[in-house]
Amino acid sequence: MKWAVIVFPGSNCDHDCYYILKDVLGQDVCYKWHKDTDLSSIDCVVLPGGFSYGDYLRSGAIARFSPIMNEVINFANNGGIVIGICNGFQILLEAGLLPGAMLRNKDLRFICKDVCLRIENSETAFTNKTKRGQVLKIPIAHAEGNYFVNNETLHKLQENNQIIFRYCTPEGEVSSVANPNGASDNIAGICNENKNVLGMMPHPERVVEQILGGDDGRLIFESIINSGDQGSVVSINNP
Amino acid sequence: MKTIKVVVTLKQGILDPQGLAIKHAMESIDCEGIENVRVGKYIELKFSNDIPEERLNQICEQLLSNPVIEDYRIETGG
Repeated sequence: MKWAVIVFPGSNCDHDCYYILKDVLGQDVCYKWHKDTDLSSIDCVVLPGGFSYGDYLRSGAIARFSPIMNEVINFANNGGIVIGICNGFQILLEAGLLPGAMLRNKDLRFICKDVCLRIENSETAFTNKTKRGQVLKIPIAHAEGNYFVNNETLHKLQENNQIIFRYCTPEGEVSSVANPNGASDNIAGICNENKNVLGMMPHPERVVEQILGGDDGRLIFESIINSGDQGSVVSINNP
Repeated sequence: MKTIKVVVTLKQGILDPQGLAIKHAMESIDCEGIENVRVGKYIELKFSNDIPEERLNQICEQLLSNPVIEDYRIETGG
């Protein structure tokens, strides 16, 4: 698979994503600067975490209008696999590729800690190496991860199985005590209706090697690689 | 030069933790009668030309505010 990690001014998880894809998982990966306009031959786009444009105006609001984003939107609309992590998730929301918006964390604090996530849908390109109900331990690091969505859209997300990860206790119970930031319905990650675009607040790229404290995040990337091997990934050139 | 002021606020009903924190601080300095605090953004735009209202609304909805969570108000003149 050929991966592109998009670099915006202020991205700071781009190198982590590049490193784990190339050196740990042996993938073909390149950086794409926000001013680039070409995603041909790319199979999967990663929008990494960070503080694109200093989070000015709203998180992701300025990055959403970077030249590369027109291509990312086309790529996604043609069925290409896109994963947005943390700030990448915020950019996907601002771009309208995913529904909802991010509010400040309920307690106003920047939260950096390991959280537990329950897999709600294991039949996607991002989770096919996991089981429904499985609990993953993956860190979050954000001040604006309080996912907000209106009731009507929330019902749609639930009905279409678009909620992929929910914050839970280590035992897998989804409850308010396990909700770190006040997110609607404990949502930590969602997909679009076609299930080819994922946004998640936790950072799977930070837990891919045991030496760094865990490797649960590896399952997300291995799922994408697996769906690529199965031929279910659509490259923009070969729709 | 035409100055346009845009005020962006969180929609009614959406929790404003920042406003809540300020409210608590106001209570701690004994501000009587404070019932609610909502925090918004003030954006000042200067144009060399007249800009049609429709275009301005478009810009507010597309960039200056996020219609999922925010309302905006346009003030012209000055």
